[in-house]
Amino acid sequence: MLIRKPSAFSLPEREATPEALYLNRREWLAGMIAAGLLPASALTACAEAAPTPSSLAKLNYTSGPFSTDEEQTPFKAVTTYNNFYEFGTDKGDPSANAHTLKPRPWTVTVDGMAAKPRQFDVDALLKAMPLEERIYRLRCVEGWSMVIPWVGFPLASLLKQVEPTASARYVAFTSLHDPRQMPGQRGFVLRWPYVEGLRLDEAMHPLTMLAVGLYGRVLPNQNGAPIRLVVPWKYGFKSIKSIVSIRLTDKQPPTSWNLSAPREYGFYSNVNPAVSHPRWSQAKERRIGEFKRRDTLLFNGYGEQVAGLYKGLDLRKYY
Amino acid sequence: MAVAARPRSAGSRSTGSRPGRARMARRVLKPVAFVLMALPLAWLAAQWFLLIRQGGGDLGINPIEASIHHTGLWALRILLFTLAISPFTKLTHWTPLMSIRRMSGLYAFTYAVVHLLLYFGLDREFSVAELWADILKRWYITLGMGALLLMLPLALTSTARAIRTLGARRWQRLHRLVYLVGGLGVLHFWLVVKGVQLEPIIYGVIFVILMLARLPRLRQAAGFKKKAGH
Repeated sequence: MLIRKPSAFSLPEREATPEALYLNRREWLAGMIAAGLLPASALTACAEAAPTPSSLAKLNYTSGPFSTDEEQTPFKAVTTYNNFYEFGTDKGDPSANAHTLKPRPWTVTVDGMAAKPRQFDVDALLKAMPLEERIYRLRCVEGWSMVIPWVGFPLASLLKQVEPTASARYVAFTSLHDPRQMPGQRGFVLRWPYVEGLRLDEAMHPLTMLAVGLYGRVLPNQNGAPIRLVVPWKYGFKSIKSIVSIRLTDKQPPTSWNLSAPREYGFYSNVNPAVSHPRWSQAKERRIGEFKRRDTLLFNGYGEQVAGLYKGLDLRKYY
Repeated sequence: MAVAARPRSAGSRSTGSRPGRARMARRVLKPVAFVLMALPLAWLAAQWFLLIRQGGGDLGINPIEASIHHTGLWALRILLFTLAISPFTKLTHWTPLMSIRRMSGLYAFTYAVVHLLLYFGLDREFSVAELWADILKRWYITLGMGALLLMLPLALTSTARAIRTLGARRWQRLHRLVYLVGGLGVLHFWLVVKGVQLEPIIYGVIFVILMLARLPRLRQAAGFKKKAGH
């Protein structure tokens, strides 16, 4: 019988790092750095650098209506703190992973109940549409907010080109579905592709825009390149990213978060401090970069423009 | 490499029964464990220092949210590590690990307390009314708060004197509350994320495995042996 006598310095396997600790070795690495045992470059070496504004193409635009003069959230925050589950569920995942998205060439199909359905090439759209900058507040359903200078054009001006028929009542949007470009779609956090919808009058409202850029440059991938919706009076998840299809319809279209948790996310999802998310209050929000929370405003402060859309609608029932 | 070098003979069992070596292991293990489990907290403190002093640090764009998540995750990780110590020791008969069980439990409690204080102080801005409303209305807060409150008597009776005063049997029965704490902690995490996410599921599965390992019949089937005379 072979009896091995381990030498004094050999570690038995049971002394190996527990798996939970091993799986968090990056945090241990960070801990080592904090303790001064490793140089800070140890972490940055494996982190991907966020694109600087200069690496993105400049856009030609004029300044548009409805802009707020509140302090703008820094470019770095806007482009590294994102919810874009197609690239992972952590806020930093989209900026780290979205380089796999190919935003050109890109076409958006606009069809359904329209007299002139057609496909739009994004580059052609950028040339054909007069672009304007609009500085909007963005309120996430999670309770944080930003102020972002978007560049784009009103959704209405695109929809008018396809001539919606009289029976069209809603607009359905679909994001790209391609797990090779969007690694998060290999997981099952949501049903893919991401879908969203608006009532036609919401879609035609002058505040509603399709953004193709921010901070004067084309959209970074993690912000929904090459073209995304921006509906500033609704929670951020309504503003669907990387759109491939816009469809006019007469039925209320399904929406991703509503399919995932219907009690928590309704079709309307208007920002409303009085209607709390079942798991947290919506009365306040943390503006990114600020220490103290501020009060959340009804319709995210755009009530003057949009309250008329919801006259007679019970906002508690239609949340 | 490590697997190949692993001693497979009955001789490997002898490590635990060699009192000298076990004492040595304990003497090394305790301070090492103490420092290791303090690191995530030290890291957090260092990041806040960097953030306040020079606007730097690795807490990211939303440092308050990041700090709350960091301490909550570590509370849960250390709690699960604590729950793993007994079954691991029974499986391997390597007893020195038991010497850091109490410390681990207290660390889990510490991280949970810091987690609550950060949430209450920085997120709810010390508003008792808001905290109370959360506890009443938000399921995940209710469960998390319950887990923390149940840890309190365990932390208070973690001394040798408390064991003597209560009597080993009663003390042990009280400390079975830790299973409930683990379950509540896992549920708390499960309920707070949006959509179907992998991480809370992983913690849930680990917790279930650690609980199953405590069922006597399963333990026998898995080859845990009761040593006569121990």
